[in-house]
Amino acid sequence: MASGEPLTTTGYIKHHLQNLTFGQFPDGTWGLAHGAAEAKAMGFWAIHVDTMFWSVFLGALFLWGFRKAAVRATSGTPSGFLNFVEWIVEFVDENVRGSFSHKNDLIAPLALTLFVWVLLMNLMDLVPVDWIPEIAKLMGIEYMKVVPTTDPNATFGMALGVFVLTLYYSIKVKGVGGFAAELTMQPFEAKNPILKVLFIPANFFLEFVSLVSKPVSLSLRLFGNLFAGEMIFILIALLFSGGAVLAVAGGVLQWAWAVFHILIVLLQAFIFMTLTIVYLEMAHSHH
Amino acid sequence: MNINLTLIGQSVAFVVFVWFCMKFVWPPIVSALNERKTKIADGLAAAEEGQRAKAQAEEQVTQVTNEAKEQAQEIIRRAEKREAEMVEEAKGTARNEGDRILGAARGEIEKEANMAREALRAQVAALSVAGAAKILEQEVDEGAHAKMLDNLIEQL
Repeated sequence: MASGEPLTTTGYIKHHLQNLTFGQFPDGTWGLAHGAAEAKAMGFWAIHVDTMFWSVFLGALFLWGFRKAAVRATSGTPSGFLNFVEWIVEFVDENVRGSFSHKNDLIAPLALTLFVWVLLMNLMDLVPVDWIPEIAKLMGIEYMKVVPTTDPNATFGMALGVFVLTLYYSIKVKGVGGFAAELTMQPFEAKNPILKVLFIPANFFLEFVSLVSKPVSLSLRLFGNLFAGEMIFILIALLFSGGAVLAVAGGVLQWAWAVFHILIVLLQAFIFMTLTIVYLEMAHSHH
Repeated sequence: MNINLTLIGQSVAFVVFVWFCMKFVWPPIVSALNERKTKIADGLAAAEEGQRAKAQAEEQVTQVTNEAKEQAQEIIRRAEKREAEMVEEAKGTARNEGDRILGAARGEIEKEANMAREALRAQVAALSVAGAAKILEQEVDEGAHAKMLDNLIEQL
């Protein structure tokens, strides 16, 4: 709850959707924003502390766990956590083999990182919406949005990384000329040189849109699904303040939605990984 | 939901995580997996090889056993033959020896009989002379009647 604001439905929702933002106030001092308006006023040079904390924490958790497993990994019989890790690694490896036909040692680890990292961030959605923010409030932290993938910055950040890799490999594999030709010489092709030149703007327009739409759709898909899921959890949580009957209904609904959401959580992590592999495959192959 | 520095921060985190994963997480796990795959394949191949060797050994065992049986039978057969031969041989030797001993005994008996006959002749001659002397009631001149006596002895 925002300090001083009365407990209203709108206030509750707004509070839950507000990131803990650190940035520069209009008067020049630095600090944490109190409310959406102040956060907005900070402009680009502000950072969502909660998003960064949870994403880095979960990423580190993933790498720590998997590194521990990697150190213990031998050709002998695996057990427990190592077995689980190997299962995920093989699953990712199979997927990469299935959709990526070139030789690149980056792709599989990249896919693994994205899959597990995004999955862990998505799984934070299953923690009841009020638990961590309430604990944070006790610690004196005003806002706490625990699911990094409901922050478009996080999803765009990852998609941007994938986009840069796509550009890098496009140019590395096909050369600057090849990549430029791919952007300008299709889908409309012509033998006639004049027609060819005439087609360039139209081709470039179409190809550029499709190129840029990849990271945008990649990040928005993840963000949209998780944001919607989070929103429904928040709305269900509102039922808890509506009396005993509604609270029980809310409990049942929350459980049901959480079960269904497990599917979304897994699916979105998987889609993010698969599309990354597919985009990089496209970057590697000549048209 | 403002786009801000978090975007850059997240990108940096992404790069660092992917780099770490690529350097320290993926290679050991995958190499362990591949190593295990090879090991399992080797193990299976070895098991197959072992089974093949076992079958071969069993076949060899049967073969060797059969050969040994045949050899044993051959040996027994030969031993039986030799036994029969030896019995025959012994029989022959015994017969010859018996014959020889029998012959020697017969010669001895004949000799003894001859000697007894000679002695008997001499004694009969002496008795005849004594008898004749008694009959004639006189001394017989052995010198004069030797020829007659010898004739008598010959007639006995």
